Amino acid sequence: MISEPSVVEVTLESDLKNLEVAEEIVRRVAGTAGFGEESEHQIEMAVHESMINAIWHGNKNDASKRVWLRFEIYKDRLEIHIRDQGGGFDLAGVPDPCSGDNLLKVSGRGIFLIRTFMDEFHVKHLPGSGTEVTLVKRIDPAHQSK
Amino acid sequence: MSMKATIRQVDSVMVVDVSGRITLGEGCTQLRELIRDQLSKGNKNILLNLADVTYIDSSGIGELVSAYTAVSNQGGQLKLLNLTKKVHDLLQITKLYTVFDIHDDEAKAIASFQKA
Repeated sequence: MISEPSVVEVTLESDLKNLEVAEEIVRRVAGTAGFGEESEHQIEMAVHESMINAIWHGNKNDASKRVWLRFEIYKDRLEIHIRDQGGGFDLAGVPDPCSGDNLLKVSGRGIFLIRTFMDEFHVKHLPGSGTEVTLVKRIDPAHQSK
Repeated sequence: MSMKATIRQVDSVMVVDVSGRITLGEGCTQLRELIRDQLSKGNKNILLNLADVTYIDSSGIGELVSAYTAVSNQGGQLKLLNLTKKVHDLLQITKLYTVFDIHDDEAKAIASFQKA
């Protein structure tokens, strides 16, 4: 039998000012899920970068659009779903920011940081309604001790 | 908390004490304008003291890279001082740790400009 997760959902205006609101929610949710300080910061950064992608790239900084966040706390993991109203992007087209030619580029590190900090990262295009990214961080003794 | 920066001159070096958030938007814009302003005044030796930076994101890291490139292109030097653990870890993860000249002692950092 699969136990139901604890769920927190919030809808935010697509405005960079809401980044700090999202970060505060992440800290509370991650703390509730049992993550330690380092993992909590990693999750916070991953959500921050995902929110920037949603607000800036997805919703084109249009404050009339929305960003939806859904946190699902399971016994073994935290799943975070972030949905915007944009056209999405192709993960395969995201270059490695650490390779020689890209190292001194000003942008292009957001997805890399999300992938580094989370255990899973998925992007789903929702035809006609936007893009949803899913971030997963597993809860294990190693995470909880950091 | 947004980014704040105060500038003081030590010998030939402009030391910029940065605090708060270097993130997409206001923080990055402020840092960019500050560097541009210093370069326009002919101040090409810049030491960014990041001791009180509470948060930096991928855009903030990009702004540090942009500042480094802008100063280098003018024949100057931009160095970093007093990284917090979070900033230190981010520069290591992004492989930028070896790009920047990073110090944890201000006097030695200042001296390193004079030797250059």
